Amino acid sequence: MDTVMLSRIQFASTTIFHYFFVPVSIGLALLIAIMETMYVRKGNEEYKRMAQFWGKLFLINFAVGVVTGILQEFQFGMNWSDYSRFVGDVFGAPLAIEALLAFFLESTFIGIWIFGWDKVSKRVHLFSIWMVALGTMLSAFWILLANSFMQHPVGFAINNGRAEMNDIFALITNGQLLVEFPHTVLAAYATGAFLVTGISAYKLLKKQDVPFFRKSFEIAAIVGIISSFGVAVAGHAQAQYLVETQPMKMAASEALWGESGDPAPWTIFANIDVDNKTNSNEIQVPYLLSFLSYSKFSGEVKGMNQLQAEYEQAYGPGDYIPPVKTTFWSFRIMVAAGTLMIVLGVYAIYLMWRKKMDKPNTWFMRFMFWGLLLPPIANTSGWIMTEIGRQPWTVFGLMTTEDSVSPNITSGQVLFSVISFNIIYAVLGAVLIGLFVKVIKKGPYAMDNEHGESHDPYNKEG
Amino acid sequence: MSLNELWFLLIAVLFVGFFFLEGFDFGVGMETQILAKNDTERRILINSIGPFWDANEVWLITGAGAMFAAFPHWYATLFSGFYIPFVFALLALIARGVAFEFRGKRDSKAWQKTWDVCIFFGSFLPPFLLAVVFASFIKGLPIDKDMQMYAGFFDIVNAYTVVAGITVVLLCLVHGLMFTTLRTLGDLQERARKLAQKLLIPLAALLVAFVVMTYTMTDIFDKRGTLLWIVVVLGVVAYLLAGYFMTKKKDGYAFGMTGAVMALSVASIFIGLFPRVMISSLDQAFNLTITNAASGQYSLKVMTIVSLTLLPFVLGYQIWSYFIFHKRVHEKEHLEY
Repeated sequence: MDTVMLSRIQFASTTIFHYFFVPVSIGLALLIAIMETMYVRKGNEEYKRMAQFWGKLFLINFAVGVVTGILQEFQFGMNWSDYSRFVGDVFGAPLAIEALLAFFLESTFIGIWIFGWDKVSKRVHLFSIWMVALGTMLSAFWILLANSFMQHPVGFAINNGRAEMNDIFALITNGQLLVEFPHTVLAAYATGAFLVTGISAYKLLKKQDVPFFRKSFEIAAIVGIISSFGVAVAGHAQAQYLVETQPMKMAASEALWGESGDPAPWTIFANIDVDNKTNSNEIQVPYLLSFLSYSKFSGEVKGMNQLQAEYEQAYGPGDYIPPVKTTFWSFRIMVAAGTLMIVLGVYAIYLMWRKKMDKPNTWFMRFMFWGLLLPPIANTSGWIMTEIGRQPWTVFGLMTTEDSVSPNITSGQVLFSVISFNIIYAVLGAVLIGLFVKVIKKGPYAMDNEHGESHDPYNKEG
Repeated sequence: MSLNELWFLLIAVLFVGFFFLEGFDFGVGMETQILAKNDTERRILINSIGPFWDANEVWLITGAGAMFAAFPHWYATLFSGFYIPFVFALLALIARGVAFEFRGKRDSKAWQKTWDVCIFFGSFLPPFLLAVVFASFIKGLPIDKDMQMYAGFFDIVNAYTVVAGITVVLLCLVHGLMFTTLRTLGDLQERARKLAQKLLIPLAALLVAFVVMTYTMTDIFDKRGTLLWIVVVLGVVAYLLAGYFMTKKKDGYAFGMTGAVMALSVASIFIGLFPRVMISSLDQAFNLTITNAASGQYSLKVMTIVSLTLLPFVLGYQIWSYFIFHKRVHEKEHLEY
């Protein structure tokens, strides 16, 4: 394999792995901040225990997110140095601001939060978890600003063969960012929420610490349903923006080769034949694609064949069609997972509304447990659609992936790093799951004993 | 001062800050194998840097981010050119970061041993590799006319860079030991101080070797002679004061002085480089400088406004966090890690 392919594999595996933990951190930070706020306002120790118990999972998760994030920042220079040269002017700035504004905030206040339970006042302690929550959100904003530039470059001019920034406000108000940021951050809140409802559902099924986990479930379910709805609304706005700015990605995510016709139907299922550029066995919902694209029940959507011809005119000869099957199916998996989240969330709220949470249906709780997998599935497939659907470009219309790679690295070097990073990801993933299971099994009331033990560490010596 | 000069200075400050701060927690990480006699001492050491190490590491991330934003060519040439060293540094940093969090989560001895190994190598390899990288900066690297660096093994690993690597590792250890005297009590504190004193002698030998080799093998004393000699003299003074304060058990001052030696060593690299950012061993004309490697003026201006606004806050709350955790870590209290 060549360095481009290997570097793409490394980028994909690093980003996907890193992004299992990022949304959990963003989501749990908010939930823990809410729980601790309730503790400080109501003075009920149970909420403190809640913040501490979910905090344990948060910290294990946060550690893995942080260390994989360093790699995330370095790999642009390591594997994509020509890309870094070309866009560093625009793309480097948000990364630097992210570090200065968000990473320092997160890392300093997480230290105060972990170690400060008996060293700072209740209010300062509460303040520090809100700062962590704010930091995770700001971090998302600036990195998504950088990503939005790759999807829809604005606020720059080409000088001496490089993209140079000439309008920071254009970057901050990039239409792509305005739809991508709420979509992504709300999805992260949903991820944290569904993790808490999922684990709580498991403990409720086992009838362990029922009041604790019912309360946790309820708080998270409310956050979960609000954010899941929000994700869908923002996602709809994003699709409309996509039709305008990256019609090829839209057409690929619909496997739309020719014209859509007016009104355009939405394809649920299709057998895609990439070589002959045709589909068979399509199952379609009439009007829906027009609605997704324009919020009305009419309007045509351009197909890939026409766009390919247009792009050849604009950018010269080449293949401008992204991997269609991956784009098509990742979009459908994301939508299906998101829809299921809304369905589960609505039913959970209904149970709470009718005060039926003391005897919830066993099947429903099982669904809620497995539901914790839905957000990671949706997040991952969403990013695959976004990034694969942009191919062959790294920066849409400006630079291709092929031209982005470092010319001075060898495939042997990249193969070595791909293998070693992926081994370490596998180990970290396994350890993290193992520790999660251990913490969950012990439950929130085991922590009292642990504190007791550590008061006399010589007991542990042996 | 032009914006290009300002950003070179800011990046230098970020890396000096990184080595000063993460330097001591790298040192403490190494102490877990060198100084600690049992598990309790190991835990006390880890907990003493618990609230800080993550924020200290952000100095490195911010330094790299600032390089990317202000001098994209520097960032691109550096990270792609040193591909394999960075792979190892990253693996070490990854293992170290999770090890702090994971170590105490199970009672098994094998489990703790595993993460202890990660903490040790994770604290030893990154400062070594980063020092190797920085030293090879000023020695010059095969960078071609397109700013691409094609370095062989011996361009990166050679007597000069290895001496630099060992010097910085030892400096981190001494600096870490002085940090330990500030945050622990009793026997551990005493032993930390004694070991630091003992290590001062080999450290002096290494520092002298590094200065002599720099003088003979690089051009930086020709380019910035006066300023560098001032730095060397200041370094000698700080080193002597560190030794003096150690014998007087003035740990706080001694910690300041070991930090000063570290800061001056890193600063000397940047002073010698300026106004170059990477030196080509093929042809002077291929050097990367603060002019030809930089972003446009607009970017630099935006970044200047943003960072000068944020920096006071960032420094403020970080100093505040050191103030919150100024008390010594005691074995009788709750140890988080």
